[in-house]
Amino acid sequence: MYPADYVYSKDHEWILVEGDIGTIGITEYAQHELGDVVFAELPKVGDTFEAGDSFGSVESVKAVSEIFCPVAGEVVEVNPLLAEKPELINESPHREAWMIKIRITRPEELRGLLSAEEYAEYLQEQSA
Amino acid sequence: MNQTPLHECYASIPGARIVDFAGWRLPLHFDLGILAEHHAVRSAAGLFDVSHMGRIRVRGPHAAAYVDWLATNTLPAADSGRCRYSLLCAEDGWCIDDIVICRLGEESLDLVVNAANRARVLEWFAGPNHWTRSGRPLPEMEDVTLRTAQIALQGPASLEVLAARCDADLAGLGNYQFLPGIRVAGIPALVSRTGYTGEDGFELFVDAPDAPALWRALLEAGAPLGLVPCGLGARDTLRFEAGMPLYGQELDPGINPLEAGLGRFVDLDKGEFSGRRALEAVARDGAARKRIGLEMIDAAVARTGFAVRQGGADVGRVTSGGKCPTVGIFGAMALVRRDASAESEFAVDVRGQWKRARARALPFYRRTARQAPMAATDSTPGKGQRP
Repeated sequence: MYPADYVYSKDHEWILVEGDIGTIGITEYAQHELGDVVFAELPKVGDTFEAGDSFGSVESVKAVSEIFCPVAGEVVEVNPLLAEKPELINESPHREAWMIKIRITRPEELRGLLSAEEYAEYLQEQSA
Repeated sequence: MNQTPLHECYASIPGARIVDFAGWRLPLHFDLGILAEHHAVRSAAGLFDVSHMGRIRVRGPHAAAYVDWLATNTLPAADSGRCRYSLLCAEDGWCIDDIVICRLGEESLDLVVNAANRARVLEWFAGPNHWTRSGRPLPEMEDVTLRTAQIALQGPASLEVLAARCDADLAGLGNYQFLPGIRVAGIPALVSRTGYTGEDGFELFVDAPDAPALWRALLEAGAPLGLVPCGLGARDTLRFEAGMPLYGQELDPGINPLEAGLGRFVDLDKGEFSGRRALEAVARDGAARKRIGLEMIDAAVARTGFAVRQGGADVGRVTSGGKCPTVGIFGAMALVRRDASAESEFAVDVRGQWKRARARALPFYRRTARQAPMAATDSTPGKGQRP
């Protein structure tokens, strides 16, 4: 369910790190909780965020949910598919519906995040 | 927390997401999700448990006169076999609830009220109010919500689904007409051609113990025709897209029916009714506010309570908003000052960002093929149907 090569935040974002670039999206759990997504508001290339900053929001039919940047960085790419097809966030949250790529400012911040295994345990604790 | 008689049925449907709503445990959606359920109702049919709605029987001497005094709309004639949408207003003209009145006979009326307002409506009906203070007797009133159930079958395939399990002439039933004492899947039911989705459809009123068997029989009969179980989420997107008011959003104790755009359900030509004097004054002077439709120009979801501006001035607020799944726009209904111009751009405060919107006529969605024949004898246009 949760790719082993990603790391996860307790706010239900994932990040895939390749070199100094981090690809960020929301988790399967998050999309399921949100329900049908109708709109995603995403930042622009060049925007910078600190760890924990809101970088956008996801609107489902019933609610809006902010999305947070797991580590500090500068946006280098935004997924162009999500403007037309926000439902990809429900259909493929870990792959096609990546949201942004950032150039990671402080890689050491990644150490505060959860492995796939730890994230799965965290979800179990939350539902217990 | 209340459970409807159909609660046991949800568990057997995969993916049922149960939430608390107005004191009831109800499905928000089933496994398909809100949008797929919405589309199923527009293209085929959906089955909704709406047993949480309040059902009140008014019977005996003074029943009709009393309901006529409570309701802003004219009562259907005693032998008409009709339902009618109406507002209930306090004596100061503010809205207590919006209801459907089913006239079973001279002194026999069934009312369907909103779940969240049921207690308040019962209290209002029991008095004291101007009716009781002027010494007039009350009819018998019984809250049958807990021992009955209400199932809504909605969508263009509804008639075909129902006809598969019912011998009565439902095709001949006009919009907002009802048939009492018929059998559906062998179960005694009152069936009305009513709903809250903007589609053709029916509502079935049965005794609580019969509800699960009826629910299962309809789902079985309808499955080959595309019928799916639906939750509150789709109920809301469907009514929103069809421009129908939801009490608590388009209507509340601080909104009168005329500014909510429901003037055609207020009959100032009938006799005395609660709120009449106040509403006459509003009708004479013009309502201070009006309900309008908005279409977002900037991509954004306008939600209930968001501020609306025009030309830099606050003009009102969003009452309901979101994606219109069938029409494919982001829309909103808003209550705005009467001098707000439909010709000029609006702006909606979406969490601190002003997003542009333009006026758009309500409803956002109107079904094209009218499945239900218009009732031939209803000489009062607009009085029969929901807004």
